Amino acid sequence: MDVEILSRIQFAFTISFHYIYPPLSIGLGLNMVLMEGMFLKTGNPLFEKQTRFFTKIFALIFGVGVATGIVMEFEFGTNWATYSKYVGDVFGSALAAEGIFAFALESGFLGILLFGWNKVSPKVHFFSTIMVTLGSMFSAIWIVVANSWQQTPAGYHIVGQGLEARAEITDFWAMVFNPSSVERVIHVWIGAFLAGSFLVMSIAAYYIIKGRHLEFAKRSFVIGMSVGLLSAYAQLFSGHKAADVVADYQPAKLAAMEGHFDSSSRADMYLFGYINTRDEKTHGVAIPGGLSFLTHGDFNAPVKGLKAFKPEDRPGSLNIVFQSYHIMIAVGIAMIVLTTWAFILYRRKKLFEKKWLMHVFMWSVLLPQIGNQVGWYTAETGRQPWVVYGLLRTSDALSASVKASQVVFSLILFTLVYALLFILFLYLLNKKIQHGPEGLAEEMHSPHLEEIAENFEKHRL
Amino acid sequence: MATFLGIDYATWWYLVIGACFTGYAILDGFDLGAGAVHLFLKKEESRRIALNAIGPIWDGNEVWLVIGGGALFAGFPKVYASVFSAFYIPFYLFLVALIFRAISIEFRSKEPMIWWRKMWDISYSVSSMLIAFALGLVLGNVLIGLAIDREGNYTGSTWDFVNPYSLLVGATTLALFMMHGAIYLVMKTEKRLYTRLTIIVKNTTITFAITILLLSFYTLLYVPHLSHRIKENSWLFFVPVAMVLAIANITRNISRQKYRYAFLSSSVVISLLLIIIAVELYPNLVISTIDPAYDLTVRNASSSEKSLGVMLTVAAIGVPLVAIYTTFVFWTFKGKVKLDEMSY
Repeated sequence: MDVEILSRIQFAFTISFHYIYPPLSIGLGLNMVLMEGMFLKTGNPLFEKQTRFFTKIFALIFGVGVATGIVMEFEFGTNWATYSKYVGDVFGSALAAEGIFAFALESGFLGILLFGWNKVSPKVHFFSTIMVTLGSMFSAIWIVVANSWQQTPAGYHIVGQGLEARAEITDFWAMVFNPSSVERVIHVWIGAFLAGSFLVMSIAAYYIIKGRHLEFAKRSFVIGMSVGLLSAYAQLFSGHKAADVVADYQPAKLAAMEGHFDSSSRADMYLFGYINTRDEKTHGVAIPGGLSFLTHGDFNAPVKGLKAFKPEDRPGSLNIVFQSYHIMIAVGIAMIVLTTWAFILYRRKKLFEKKWLMHVFMWSVLLPQIGNQVGWYTAETGRQPWVVYGLLRTSDALSASVKASQVVFSLILFTLVYALLFILFLYLLNKKIQHGPEGLAEEMHSPHLEEIAENFEKHRL
Repeated sequence: MATFLGIDYATWWYLVIGACFTGYAILDGFDLGAGAVHLFLKKEESRRIALNAIGPIWDGNEVWLVIGGGALFAGFPKVYASVFSAFYIPFYLFLVALIFRAISIEFRSKEPMIWWRKMWDISYSVSSMLIAFALGLVLGNVLIGLAIDREGNYTGSTWDFVNPYSLLVGATTLALFMMHGAIYLVMKTEKRLYTRLTIIVKNTTITFAITILLLSFYTLLYVPHLSHRIKENSWLFFVPVAMVLAIANITRNISRQKYRYAFLSSSVVISLLLIIIAVELYPNLVISTIDPAYDLTVRNASSSEKSLGVMLTVAAIGVPLVAIYTTFVFWTFKGKVKLDEMSY
């Protein structure tokens, strides 16, 4: 395999693994803000217990997120040197702003959130929880702004030619508010809220099934369900807005998402199917003219198809774009159905009696995770063959001095490290869940430690 | 190029990056150093206290690496691209060490078994040492220059980064951070652990004094471009003089048991070392060992004036904010470490 495909696999692998964690941090952060806010308002110690318990879970998730997050920043330089030179002038200011405004904010206040319970007043602690959540949401803004600039570049001009060509910023705010950034930031945020709230519901459902910590679990479930319900519906509208932007600015991606080839005909909307790339036809169950209606409000309006693009300007893996997009939509609908159903049962006070539904919710933590991953696969593979849409091809963005053997080395290294990391993460997450919210105060006082503490006392000067 | 206070934007950004890396070296320097001396503490209780002394703040400290890296990417993309693709293997090993260090701190306290804790103690301490050493190794290579061609692409071989000068800079960085971290730990501890740490402080300070002396000789004898500016402008001699005095002040305050002043002095030493480097390298960022015409400088490698202007504004607004709440967080966790139920 050549350097390009290896570097792409490596970047996809490292960022997919990383992207398990930040949405959970953002979404869990929002749930914790609600819990701690309720505690301050009502003084009910149950809400404090919730906040403390989910803070422990948050710490673990945040830790892995930070550890895996810096990797991509390095990869820009190590594997994608030409890309770095090309976009540095534009992209750099977004990245610098992320570091200063977002990352420093969340990491600074994280210390107080995790360790400040006995050091600061409840109000200051609540403030820190809000700051950490806001900081992680700001991170999402700047990262998505930078990525959106790669999808729909704006506020720049090109300087130099050939190998020396690079984009230079001409208008900072036009770059920040490029045509797709607002819609995509909102889409990513809501995806994160879903990830966090489904985690809360999953843990709560597990306790309800096992008959443990029932009061705690039911209250937590309701908080997660409220956030999840609102987010699931909001995501429907946000997703539609995001698709509109794709229709306006990235017609090749839109055509790949629905497997639409002929520009002269109306475009169907598939419920499921597959693209036969050899004879350029899409098979499956479709709403005739559905895509035409969604983009133009008319079932018979023609939509630009893939055949309008030269083969070298079409996304290379049409079926990945098509299937990722359709899985994302299926997952989104499943989350709407589930949360609505749970809400109706809750109003009828029957929710927690349905053990099988609790089993479904326990596993549903995977739904937003799948949705977030395939959503990004749609966005990123749909943008190919460009790394910056219409400006810089992925194959031209590599580091000239890096050899395939080096990338093989780093890819194997990271596969091993991340496999170990994931096993440890699941093990510790399970342990925290098994331990439960009770007696967090006693957690650190294992018999072994007591003994050491006694010895320590004896040997004191 | 536009100027502010008579200094052009690219030079301002050079100073901003220098300030970020100085802040990083002072802040993450002490928690990396604390990690590097971790295995010299034998008792479980001592190790927990040492870990919790950096627990609430190490993550905020490491942010300065991300910010410094981002600032380099933003202001000097060509330098970022050249250096990172040149040091492919060491940078990936560095990343693995960063990951292991982060998870060691987080995972260690999650199980009470002795083998579990020992395993993460070793992982934490070794990765801290590797990170400190690797930072010095890359710095050393940048100081002597890289084999980069006209396009800024590295043309040397994969293992060229292992050379005597860079190894010496790596060792000096490790010794410096160990001293800095041990002094920090003394400030945060009491009783027997405090006594134990004062011995570690003495040993690491002596080690640092030896390595910095060797490094200074080596630089003066064999790397002339790292002392030329001080040679030409004799008034700049006060910088190395101040550094020697600051090192002397560390030992003086250690013997007076004034560890807060010792910590301040070692922070000053770190700053002055980086100031010397910045003064000597300027206007170069990366020296080409192939042809001086290929050097990446503040002038030929910087982003556009517009981009630098935006980023300088961002920095002017953002940095004071970060300084305010970082101070607040440090103030919250001031004083000696007390373990409680939320501790590591």
